[in-house]
Amino acid sequence: MAQHQDFKKPTFELSMLLYDTRYRSTSFQVIALIFFFSLVWWLVNNTMSNLAISGKDIDFSFLVHESNYDINQRLLEYDSRSSHGRAAVLGVLNTLVLSAIGCITATILGVFVGIARLSKNWIVARIMTVHIEIFRNVPLLLWILLIMSMVAHSFPVPKHFRGADPIATMKLFDSVALTNRGFYIPEPLFSNGFGDMGFFSNSFYISIDLIVILAIFIGSIWASGKIKARAKRIQEETGIRPTTWYLRLGVIFIPTILLLVYLGFYLGYPELKGFNFKGGIHLRNSLIALWIALSLYTSAFIAEIVRSGILAVSKGQTEAAGALGIKPNVIMALVILPQALKVIVPPLISNYLNLTKNSSLAIAVGYMDLTGTLMGITLNQTGRELETLLLGMSIYLTISLLISAVINWYNRRNDMVER
Amino acid sequence: MKKSLFMGALLALGMAATTLSASTLEEVKARGILNCGTSTGVAGFSLPDANNVYQGFDVAVCRAVAAAVLGDPMAVEFVPTTGKTRFTALASGEVDVLSRTTTWTFSRDVDLKLDFHGVNYYDGQGFMVPKSLGVTSAKDLDGATVCIQVGTTTELNLADFFRVNGITYEPVPTEKSSESRSLYQAEACDVYTTDASGLASARSTFADPDAHMILPEIVSKEPLGPVTRHGDNQWGDIVRWTLNALISAEELGITKANVAEMAAAPTNNPEINRMMGTEGNLGEMLGLDADWAVRVIAAEGNYGEIFENHLGPNTQIGLERGLNAQWTDGGLLYSPPFR
Repeated sequence: MAQHQDFKKPTFELSMLLYDTRYRSTSFQVIALIFFFSLVWWLVNNTMSNLAISGKDIDFSFLVHESNYDINQRLLEYDSRSSHGRAAVLGVLNTLVLSAIGCITATILGVFVGIARLSKNWIVARIMTVHIEIFRNVPLLLWILLIMSMVAHSFPVPKHFRGADPIATMKLFDSVALTNRGFYIPEPLFSNGFGDMGFFSNSFYISIDLIVILAIFIGSIWASGKIKARAKRIQEETGIRPTTWYLRLGVIFIPTILLLVYLGFYLGYPELKGFNFKGGIHLRNSLIALWIALSLYTSAFIAEIVRSGILAVSKGQTEAAGALGIKPNVIMALVILPQALKVIVPPLISNYLNLTKNSSLAIAVGYMDLTGTLMGITLNQTGRELETLLLGMSIYLTISLLISAVINWYNRRNDMVER
Repeated sequence: MKKSLFMGALLALGMAATTLSASTLEEVKARGILNCGTSTGVAGFSLPDANNVYQGFDVAVCRAVAAAVLGDPMAVEFVPTTGKTRFTALASGEVDVLSRTTTWTFSRDVDLKLDFHGVNYYDGQGFMVPKSLGVTSAKDLDGATVCIQVGTTTELNLADFFRVNGITYEPVPTEKSSESRSLYQAEACDVYTTDASGLASARSTFADPDAHMILPEIVSKEPLGPVTRHGDNQWGDIVRWTLNALISAEELGITKANVAEMAAAPTNNPEINRMMGTEGNLGEMLGLDADWAVRVIAAEGNYGEIFENHLGPNTQIGLERGLNAQWTDGGLLYSPPFR
């Protein structure tokens, strides 16, 4: 009876925090949290007091002051009278451009190499193995420097294009100039364009042409998706899939082409004027070196991921699909790939993140990315180490989180439904 | 992983805290070696020779400070710094003194919390081009590609110069001057710009120096000198007066050869006596012994000798004294009196 009473009304004792399994995990977590926060507080406090001793304060006002330096690759209007903040934005854009083109080429190359490494052709498979082992086992910085010096020393100097009998000539019907200062390619121009639109009290401009073209193109792809959905519905109702490829092709390309014609699309070609080529898009040698090096290096990792993804799908799947009479290319698209992607995509994200973060090696070849502008020249000219580094780190963190959010969303959307 | 990161951060902060507490002089004496920030390699200013011993004009200043403080000009650990890392290295206590062709500017002195201790080289920014480019003035450089080192005053002067003259250029930034020189030699840029002394130094290392010319325009004032952190005035005084001793020694005719003789017994000239410690107690005021200036001059000679050995017309660099002559010879070198 008395025992029963005790059981009904358990009195809380302090020791229960440690010995009662109901509280133990919570109390340990609270202790750990207190410890963690006091450590953080101590670190911050120590930093602040040390800064105070050396007479420095935390001050971000330099971001609105004139930067006084020039940046060569500018995606927005910028000169040496612009602010440090704007220089940082240009740096971010340069980082994003490099990461974007790097991720695209690394994926294409990686998928190709990964599949080719599984080839039954002995020579092809071995060559791909060598590719992977070479690129992933040598530090990235060395590849960047090697490719930079190859570009700088092996391509012709602009002045060699000059004269009646030039040493070097432009390639592809005189439209592309490959020089040791970078590659000049034709740029798209519009004789009848809509002009630019200013944002944030004209602090930057975006071409309206670009917005319209993108809008029409995305609309076309959406319409093409609708056609596909309709074809699927008809197939499910009647068992016959209507032929739609010409419809979809037309829907995607005809509106965009019509728009381009309306805008008066033409190509601006690079031309040798003065010391350098003028006109066209200038892909600087630093960008090219980084692009090639980052793509090759990351492609080696992606190739291994693709290979492991494909090998993860058991052979029985292929055989079972074959037994059902499904054609080999359809087996790849509808049976193997959906299952392989499940294995491929998550590690792919971390490789995209790696590529983005590795792009901060850009300063080695003088590419003006975020590390070069904000965490490089601005840091040096203003002496605000802590501020610029904190800001730079939080920007990298934001970019990385955005990339993984987008790909996780894609992964969930295309996730296979398992029964 | 997380834990080791924290421990690393703790350790780093702890170390930073200790460096801030003791005076630099005591610390250097306790360590027995002077940490001197230098460049990653500029011929004539700081470059290791065939025996891997650092030699040069900026190196000589560090050796003189080491001689004054530690009694041994070789007791110097040279820490190569880039244009970007030099001030962080100094501020964090990694180096005790920075002697690295660093331009004295307002914002560096005031905002970066640095102390400049006089000028050991009066320089100005110039442009070097291949003679084959057919350019005779920097104002003809519209549209040219220019190699520069990031994090330098050069970069800012360049932007100003082209802006003021209303011409355009394409900057090619590099982290180290060696990379700039390599790109310039590969003709990946038309122009190489840095301080005129640096251009002369770079040209001396080229296979064919005569194929390159330095354009007549000098677009900036670049007073270069040794730097220390704000807040340790005694250490600052030692660096400042070591440099002044080198300059005064030339003016007073004290050389590496005769310094021992001058220090042995009082001479007719009271200022020499005060410097040599045979009269008065200047060394004691500085927190050093009486012979400090003797050792400074015995290390690599006086300012004139150091210039002659590392930069002068008889060296690869081949620079004239120009602005860096003594004030008595029409130059700008003017040491305050030892009194």
